[in-house]
This record gives sequence, C-alpha cells and structure tokens, in this order.
Amino acid sequence: MGGSAIKPLFTRGPVPGYRMLLCAVLSFALMFAEDRFSWMVDVRASMATLVSPVQWVVSLPTEGLSWGALVFADQQELADENRALREQLLNLSSRVQRMASLSTENARLRKLLNAGQRSDVPYITSQLLTLDADPFSHRMVVDRGEQDGVRIGLPVLDAYGLVGQVISTSAYNSRVLMISDASHAVPVEVNRNGLRFIAQGSGKIDQVNVLHVPDTADIRVGDLLVTSGLALRFPRGLPVARVTEVYHDPGKPFARVSAEPVAQLERSRNFLIQMPPEIDAANLYVGDSLDELPRDNIAAPKDAEATSAEAATEAQAAADAAGENN
Amino acid sequence: MAFRPQTTLLCWLSLLLALCLQVMPLPDVWLIWRPQWLGLMLVYWCIVSPQSVGVVHGFAFGLALDVLQGAPLGHNALVLSLTAFMGVLLYQRIRAYSLLQQAFLVIVVLGIAQLVDQWLRSIFGAGPVDLSFLLSAVIGGALWPWLYTLLQMLRRRLTA
Repeated sequence: MGGSAIKPLFTRGPVPGYRMLLCAVLSFALMFAEDRFSWMVDVRASMATLVSPVQWVVSLPTEGLSWGALVFADQQELADENRALREQLLNLSSRVQRMASLSTENARLRKLLNAGQRSDVPYITSQLLTLDADPFSHRMVVDRGEQDGVRIGLPVLDAYGLVGQVISTSAYNSRVLMISDASHAVPVEVNRNGLRFIAQGSGKIDQVNVLHVPDTADIRVGDLLVTSGLALRFPRGLPVARVTEVYHDPGKPFARVSAEPVAQLERSRNFLIQMPPEIDAANLYVGDSLDELPRDNIAAPKDAEATSAEAATEAQAAADAAGENN
Repeated sequence: MAFRPQTTLLCWLSLLLALCLQVMPLPDVWLIWRPQWLGLMLVYWCIVSPQSVGVVHGFAFGLALDVLQGAPLGHNALVLSLTAFMGVLLYQRIRAYSLLQQAFLVIVVLGIAQLVDQWLRSIFGAGPVDLSFLLSAVIGGALWPWLYTLLQMLRRRLTA
C-alpha cells in the first residue's frame, strides 16, 4: 500500500459543507421571499414556463392511453356513448329553453326589487394536464395560463360543481387548488334556507368539513351547499358539496358536519375557468344577499376562528332566546 | 475523475428522467408508494462521481421539482441538496459496501431526507405527520440494487 502505482483506497473528495450551507441558506431565503414578497409570483411564473416541457412530457403517457382507448374502443361502445350524449343534449337543451324564460322573468323581478342585475359570467374551458404528485395536497395543473387570461383566484368548475380556484399561473398553464385540500376553505350557504357557513377541505378527496355549525342550526343530510359569494372570490350560487353527515356531540359546542363535493374531483378532465365579470364585484356578489335573511342565521363570518366561534355562540344564544320566547 | 461527455449526457438524462418519474401523474392511492426517484438518482451519481455531481445539482433539480409540484420554492431544493450532501459525505463508505448494505444505507439517507421534508411541511402548512411517508424511502432502498446495477452497466457500456 502507499505505492504510487496503486490507486489510493480513499481518494480525496471535495468538501461539500460550504455548498450545503449555501444551498440551505438559499432555500430558506426563497421560502421566506415567496411568503413575503409578491414579486416572487412573477419569478415563479417564469420558472414554471421554463419547466413546462417536463409537464408536457409527463402528461404524454396519459394522453397516449386515452388516445389508445379511443382508437381501440369498439364501435358498439362509441355508439352507446353517442346515444347517451344525444339524450343528455336533448335533456339539457329543453332545460335551457326553460332557463331562458326563467332568467328573463328573474331579471324582470329583480328590476322590480331594484336589485342589481346578474349577468352571464364568461368562462373558458380547460383540460387537466397533471395532478400534483404530492400525496399530502390536492392540486392539479390545467392547460390554460396567462396567455388565455387566467389570473390567480379565478374559480374553476366542472360539469357538476365547484372544483377549486387558481393559485398560480404561468404563461401556458396554471395550478388549481381543489376544495378538498386541507388548506382550502370556501364560504358556503345551505341552498334550502340560506344558512351561511365555511366549508374547509379535509385532505380527503371526497370530503369537506363544514365548520362552526351550531347544534341548533337547520342543516340536514342531503342539503346542497352552494357558494355564498361572501369572500368576493367565488360568484354566488355555485354548487359545492352535499351534506353527508351531521353529528351532534353533546360535549362539543359545535356539530360536526361533513359533506361530499358535488364536483367529480377525481374523475373530471374538462373544466371551466370562470372569468371575472366586468360589473363591480361588490355590487354583484354581496349587495343583494345580506338583507334577505334574518340576522340570526349568520353563523360563521369569514374571519379568524375565534371571532367566528364567538359569532356562532351568539347566534346560538339568540336562537335559544327565541325558543324561550315562544 | 472528470466525466467523459457521454457520461455527462447519461447523468443529465437520467436525472431528467428521474424528475419526470417524480412528477408522473399517479392515482391518489399510489402516490404514497412512489419512490424518491430524484433522490435515488442523485445518490447514485454522488457516489459515482462526487467531484462532478453534488449539492448544487440537488438544489437545481429540487427547484425544478418545487415549480412542477407547486411546493413552496426551496422546499424540495433543500431536501434534495441535503440528499446529495449525504451522498457526497458517504460515497467512500457506500462504494465499499455490498449491494444489500448499500440498499440499507440508501433507505437511511432517503428516510432522513423524507423526515426533513415532513418537518418543512409542518412548518409551512398543516400536514398530517405520520410514518407512512417513510414507505417511499423503503421502496427506494428496495429498488437500489437494480438501479445501481443498471446504471453501472449503462455507464460501463458508454465509456468502454
């Protein structure tokens, strides 16, 4: 050993400590900057445009599979699908005909009431590109980006209901946070009676939790929850979820209510991204909704947990008082 | 030992492939079973040539992964540069080990990286921390002997 002809057993490698330190500092700086500075959105968007080829490559196998399924589908299957779609088209167009007369009637009535006009909301269609490969969050990438007018915060729908909202964009695609993600919350109201709550994602794809529901609140299994429009982010009246469980725990101040998203979060591939309407948002969303319902029903304002809890207990106390008076 | 151009090409291609595999869409139930492809590949190249592949590679590919996955920028960059760092620290030891021993060490390395990943997750957002995230490290370790043999063979054939 030790002779110059023999390759040394332990070659001297580089000292990676400083580089590691540098990278760690850089990483934390990036994380901090993204949390604090809004210009990081642009940085991220340009980087996303840089890596979008990878996204495209990654979506190829799925596209190939669906192409293959189309090519090798037998004719009977296609004919069946075609017939089903025709039936659906007939069904829907008859409903649209009814809608037309109803919407003019609605517009007339709203004019009578001096309420603001509701206009059709413009939208663009988009296709699923990839689902985020992170088992701990529910996000997906769709194939529309800033070039198509997509902006952060726009609501995303499928054929059945609300899917989520755009949280970041690049030039050609954008990322959507689904309503079932644990970090997503959406203000909703019960379609039947207008009770307002917050629906927060649970981290499970088929469940959202309705927060701060007083035990006395009139909410039942099967109730449809629609967006209330109070966050000024989603327009009013988009179907969000259907209540699947209402559990009253005598030891807890609030009932535990869970609901199943009506959008097919796992299955849909085509989505609508709703564009911001031209009319002043404050007029459109809130102006006509607050005075329609008795104050007692307001259970959870979109605020910090503590305040919503207080409001809800107040609401509960008010409801109790009303009960005693009767 | 500096790379020949073919090996450099192989290195970059394999890392890019690993990046693609890392973000390849999978059904929700399978996501937790996905091995850390990028981590595995980085560890391999750090062992083969710690002079040319190292922490900075981990950082760059981690940043790309962050953008692709929509994670906070710097999250995966930190995790992967840490993985590469451990690879560069341990390369002499790993080279001397048998394939099985290597696999166990790789499980440990990837597991530590996953642990840091979970810490960052719980710092920057609510994420349930349970031990199932270690599955991907174990699967990575199980894949190691095959990956190592395959890449060694490819590299030899390219440089021969």
